Amino acid sequence: MRFPGNTGKAVQRGTPRTATRVFKKWTVAVPGMIVAIYLLVALFGPVIAPYDPVATNLTDRLLCPGCETSSGSIAWLGTDATGRDMFGQIVAGTRTSVLIGSLTVSLCALVGLIIGLPAGYFGGLADLALSRVIDILIAFPSIVLAIVVAGLFPRGLGVVVVALSLSGWVSFARLSRSATMSTKEREWVAAARVMGVPARSVLVRHVLPFLAGPMVALIALEFGLIILGEAGLSFLGIGLPASTVSWGQSIASGKEYLATAWWISAFPGIALALLVIMVGLLGDQLNSRYQRGGSR
Amino acid sequence: MTKAEPLLSLRGITVDLTGPHPARIIDGVDLTVQSGRATALIGESGSGKTVIGNAVIGLLPETMRTQGELLFEGRALLELPESQRRALRGRGIAMIFQDPLAALNPSQRIGRQVAEIPRRHGLRRAELRQTVRGLLERAGIPRPEERARAYPHQLSGGLRQRAMIAMALSGEPRLLVADEPTTALDVTVQKRILDLLAGLQRQFGLGMLFISHDLRVVSHVADDVVVLYAGRVAESGPAREVLTHPCHPYTRALALSVPSVHTASLIAQPIQGAAANPADRPSGCAFHPRCPLAQERCAVEVPPLRDTAPGRRAACHFAAEVANA
Amino acid sequence: MAGMIARRLALGIFVLWGAVTLMFFLIRVAPGDPAATMLGPDATLEEIEALRGRLGLDRPVALQYLSYLGQLLTLDFGVSARSNLSALDLVLSRLPATMQLTLSSATIAVIVGLSLSLAGSRRPDGVLDRVFSVISICFQGMPTFWVGIMLILLFSLRLRILPSYGAGSLRNLVLPAVTLALPFVAIIARISRATFTEAMREPYIQTALSKGLTSGQALRGHAFRNAVGPVVTIIGLQIGTMIGGAVVVENVFAWPGLGTLIVGSVANRDYAVVQAAVLIIALFVLALTLITDIANAWLDPRIRTGGVS
Repeated sequence: MRFPGNTGKAVQRGTPRTATRVFKKWTVAVPGMIVAIYLLVALFGPVIAPYDPVATNLTDRLLCPGCETSSGSIAWLGTDATGRDMFGQIVAGTRTSVLIGSLTVSLCALVGLIIGLPAGYFGGLADLALSRVIDILIAFPSIVLAIVVAGLFPRGLGVVVVALSLSGWVSFARLSRSATMSTKEREWVAAARVMGVPARSVLVRHVLPFLAGPMVALIALEFGLIILGEAGLSFLGIGLPASTVSWGQSIASGKEYLATAWWISAFPGIALALLVIMVGLLGDQLNSRYQRGGSR
Repeated sequence: MTKAEPLLSLRGITVDLTGPHPARIIDGVDLTVQSGRATALIGESGSGKTVIGNAVIGLLPETMRTQGELLFEGRALLELPESQRRALRGRGIAMIFQDPLAALNPSQRIGRQVAEIPRRHGLRRAELRQTVRGLLERAGIPRPEERARAYPHQLSGGLRQRAMIAMALSGEPRLLVADEPTTALDVTVQKRILDLLAGLQRQFGLGMLFISHDLRVVSHVADDVVVLYAGRVAESGPAREVLTHPCHPYTRALALSVPSVHTASLIAQPIQGAAANPADRPSGCAFHPRCPLAQERCAVEVPPLRDTAPGRRAACHFAAEVANA
Repeated sequence: MAGMIARRLALGIFVLWGAVTLMFFLIRVAPGDPAATMLGPDATLEEIEALRGRLGLDRPVALQYLSYLGQLLTLDFGVSARSNLSALDLVLSRLPATMQLTLSSATIAVIVGLSLSLAGSRRPDGVLDRVFSVISICFQGMPTFWVGIMLILLFSLRLRILPSYGAGSLRNLVLPAVTLALPFVAIIARISRATFTEAMREPYIQTALSKGLTSGQALRGHAFRNAVGPVVTIIGLQIGTMIGGAVVVENVFAWPGLGTLIVGSVANRDYAVVQAAVLIIALFVLALTLITDIANAWLDPRIRTGGVS
């Protein structure tokens, strides 16, 4: 008889089980709600806070959080060096981050699936080629690769998405490869293969359903990394056109005024960090639910 | 022979599983180990043998609560603070585990693991080497100096278990808890390890609590036996008497399942049905669903553990009939 | 083990070739003529053509590629378009600063991360463990460049105890190193916590406890050594990621390393420097992976002594 947790005093004492359960429930509910709010803001941003990214209003520049603007409204999060409302800027930035995050993560997941599934299913040369390509790609830190690609090509949303996808698909390919390799050995999948069901149907009907759970978890984890990457690029002034509102750009533009107007850098950063942390928490919870490897 | 105070004595020990599915997995176990003698704890897997072994050394997970009277050299272990119990581990009570490959640290040399207790005692390098050499020799390991430098994976199963025994001896304990010490070994190696344990026990006057499911092994080393079924004692007494003239149908069934132990039968008769789960024990006598002698009262009334002969006890309503059968 | 090292080296050389090739074709595919960029907007068509000829840009791509490979073999990375200095020299002059930053951060991350996880995994799911895991999730989610700016705000502008930019003294190193270390503290703490708690469930820990060790002693004396292998792997891999992080952090603190060089060169289309810098980084990542593998094999006596394959 063996006990999985048999470590004597090393094991917890006095953390009641109910507390653990409540803790578990909250770690899903709270991040889920906060992420949902971000998504809503991204969708309906222009309705919540109409924002003109190129407007300048010099009388309202560098107003502190809570100050009254010349038009009589209150800038709850202050204004920036050209008099633009920080709250509006953050709302507009949400749209950019969520858009790029979703596009990139979808592209990565798609490419990862298309490459990982056959590599895991057929093995052999396809699999070998995949691992070598991955070996080459991970020799570059992903942000460096993104900087180079986004820097070499003309600024634009598409370039940023591709630049971030260049290393982002790798974890999806690894996950789909390993999941395919393990599912294809199961009896019913093996039976289907023996009966001559074409590979594509086997993959779609038998392998994909098993992949869905871990895939969703990985999407959440990668989404966070990708919007961090996008913000990093914008912070460095690489990638998105200067007219696009993005948190990274806002943070960079506030650096100059740090001594007098800290809020320009601080609030977009908080918005970004909160989203990444909450998405990460969700991803962790999902990941522990579908205990399967694949992510880095 | 006057009976001295036993080295280890369990009286009415219960172990409760806490948590979402609470259960009394050990229900009122009595057991004694005398110095210089071996008491075997027999039972099928899942009967709770290992739980009792871990309760004695005090290493049950926090989800299990032990209650009752647990005396070691007259000290009530369950009332001792953790620090004093810890001080007894290794030095008063040592443990030998079933699978030496898993129980030895794979990344430490044998010598270092055997030396751990003496080193914590403050022995110097040269003395330590001597001590380790002596311990390994005592455990019957040839070329001890070479073996001390080996890692566990480099030794054979038998040598690993000998190293484990050397480690158990390193704290000069008075009680050895051996939890299925030969189960993971080849049959040919088993007997040699058993001989070693029996020899050491006699030589150093150790008390031994020998946990096993294997009656052949038990008949080889044990002076006394306690038969455990579903977390309760079915029968206890001197080994030879209990095994040759069981008073409990379960003991008899166990003995019949091993041809060489019970002289009256030459053919092994496996016990019918599955062993009861201590966490979900049948009503009345836990053995009644599998018992050939079961009557109506067996399903209702829990048979108490009663003296059947001097030094022998059994928990069966029909102990007398079984004994005379 | 020698066989393993040889295999890894061969793979490393292959990957290096792949990295070189990838960089070469990325730059060829990118719009914009390097010659025109080098000469600036005032150059005439003739001047540009002449430079294209000198740089070999008018030859077929395959030939350019081969001669590029040949040049790299002689460690010739070309000349910086901006400064006319050797690209490799430029990169090498910036390398020490990046290494200094990365290694300082790695040291902080390893020490703090391991301490947090050792303290936490003595009692898995205890209060301390929970607090640490929340902290590490936050560390991991905060963008480093923003953390850097907030640290400048606090320590340079408000408290005025540390400089906000530049390099040279130890005081200059503190803020960038801490900024870069934070997410890796979190990663190392989380991974090692998981492996330590896992190792504490092993039977040999039960053996150690049966010898009278406290759970802390068993963790440090027995679980640590067995669990540290995966942690070393993660640290090795993370130092690679850390160099990437350094590229961003350097730009927050105007730290004169590869990061500021790369971002500046990308903006100026200084291809030779971008290539040299990125390839040097890839070389470092590969070397780290190799070292990690060797360290891992060495840490596990079952591999080191060749007992179990």
